[in-house]
Amino acid sequence: MNRFFASRPGTWAGFAAAAAVLFGLAPLVLSGFRLGLLAQFLCYAIVAVGIGLAWGRGGMLTLGQGVFFGMGAYLMAMHLKMADAAFRNGPGAVPDFMELAGIRELPAYWAPFASPVFTIAAILLLPTGFAVLLGLAVFKRRVKGAYFAILSQALAGAFAILLIGQQSLGGFNGLSRFRYFFGYNLDDPVNQQMLYYIAAGVLLAAVAIALQLRRSRYGELLLAVRDAEARVRFLGYDAANIKTVAYATAALFASVAGAVFVPIVGIISPASIGIVPSIMFLLGVAIGGRATLLGPVLGALAVYWAQTTLSEQFPSGWVYAQGLLFVLVIALLPGGIASITALAKRIPTKRAPAEAAA
Amino acid sequence: MDLLVGQLFTGLSTGSILLLAALGLSLTFGQMGVINMAHGEFIMAGCYTAYVVQQIAGDAGVSLLIALPLGFAVGGAMGLVLEALLIRHLYHRPLDTLLVTFGVGLILQQVARDVFGAPAVNVSVPPALRGGVDLLGVTVPKTRLFIMGLAIVAVTAVALVLRFTPAGRRIRAVVGNRDLAETAGISSRAVDAGTFFIGSGLAGVAGVALTLIGSTSPTTGQSYLVDAFLVVVAGGLGRIKGAVVAAVALGATQAVFETYSTASLAKVGVFIVIVVFLQLRPQGLFTLRTRSLA
Repeated sequence: MNRFFASRPGTWAGFAAAAAVLFGLAPLVLSGFRLGLLAQFLCYAIVAVGIGLAWGRGGMLTLGQGVFFGMGAYLMAMHLKMADAAFRNGPGAVPDFMELAGIRELPAYWAPFASPVFTIAAILLLPTGFAVLLGLAVFKRRVKGAYFAILSQALAGAFAILLIGQQSLGGFNGLSRFRYFFGYNLDDPVNQQMLYYIAAGVLLAAVAIALQLRRSRYGELLLAVRDAEARVRFLGYDAANIKTVAYATAALFASVAGAVFVPIVGIISPASIGIVPSIMFLLGVAIGGRATLLGPVLGALAVYWAQTTLSEQFPSGWVYAQGLLFVLVIALLPGGIASITALAKRIPTKRAPAEAAA
Repeated sequence: MDLLVGQLFTGLSTGSILLLAALGLSLTFGQMGVINMAHGEFIMAGCYTAYVVQQIAGDAGVSLLIALPLGFAVGGAMGLVLEALLIRHLYHRPLDTLLVTFGVGLILQQVARDVFGAPAVNVSVPPALRGGVDLLGVTVPKTRLFIMGLAIVAVTAVALVLRFTPAGRRIRAVVGNRDLAETAGISSRAVDAGTFFIGSGLAGVAGVALTLIGSTSPTTGQSYLVDAFLVVVAGGLGRIKGAVVAAVALGATQAVFETYSTASLAKVGVFIVIVVFLQLRPQGLFTLRTRSLA
């Protein structure tokens, strides 16, 4: 990593500028409410970085990132609920929503989440491990293209339905009303700002990891698999392993994003991780430029910002806009906004990313 | 025994619904390798066609008879427009087509929400199809039997058209080898449009039939779409036979899981079964033998 940073001073400058905006400028100019919204969008942007890696660079159309986002979110939410219950009624108490649902005994699988260390380890390892297993199972058998897309989408559907059926996970309503985040009161504006800083830090870290992966030999291989999988195989590489790494990295990003999302927004429910929200994660990535590093981040920020500002004023108009954006951007501008400069310069890009991704 | 027959029937019934939803999808997917996410909205359009026809015609039996062909026409027309405006131009980018058609689906859903309202509407069932029939000691709702019959008719019709008509022959030629078919003088563009018309029309018919067993809302199609996709994936590309077997098998699997657990666990069970199944046959049940690398 150092080698790359040393050889590219521009990268350092870019990270420094982003850090200055995120950590210095934004908290100064934005009100507490706006900063909370930005923190929420940053979480979506973290997911988008992973999708950019798996879809833009790896050609895997993952329509089910909501699963990993949801896993991270629910794991974190379970810990927060346990901590709240312990704070109110002593260790091992039953969280409040279970009391309302008539569950008196704490389900066994909840118990370990009283431990913060266990929770964080689970957030990092569980979704990633699941993605590795699923990725190997699917990619080793060379299930790809539309088949993979459909499977990932079905996974999101099954996961949401599974959660709705689990009363011990809040069912349809999900988990909400968290008071403390690892001992910090969530009502305190200072702590809310701290959560924003955490989200910003995670985003920068995710971008740095994605950058390193893109510039490494692995990144070249991933691109090669996207553009000509058979040739990579003939050269003696196992394309399934290469794809699985990108898929699992995307899953890890989504999971951490979900875990940070929960204390910021204060609720996680099956409705925000099902099939439609999972595809919505892709919209920003497509608009920003799926194969670029920062396109997905900026695209996601723009889309969710637009959603928040427009959907209240024009609820039905926003849905039309979303649909039209999908149609227009992907049909006419598959490289996203990032490709406009290239088009403007009339540099014929010989291998448009979308053409290859297909 | 009763339980077994009951299960068998539930499986067949679920399977025939899946089949109706998936038949058109399998046709268009097999034809162009294109996943049409707006297929669910074509189903929804069929549902609302049945609703509108009943509002105008009044009588439930007559309106069903009008709605079935009209649903085919409505779905087919929407498919034609979609194919001509978008899908034709994205033929070489199948994954992008998936997202573009998802966008189209979003728009169509919102149109339905603005025209008919978000709450679900109901279509009343013709008197002849109300109640149940005793079959081998199990009471079977007549509507379910009707849908099974409709699925059989639809599959037979599609199979006969593909097998014996000149148009069907052209479709099979293009599915088998597009370039060779074009060399032989077949306009693959016209065939694509025709296939899309039939496939989307079948979605409309499925929609009309679904109003018999459930209410209609703007998101009706979406709820059937994922299962229909799974049928196509498990059945194999462009094979009607595959779609039939996969639909019945998935229906049965879901019914069995539901007996021993809950409906939500059944969905997860079906997903696991499909992932395991794809370990054995990555290209689905029945595949066209090709020598291509992809």
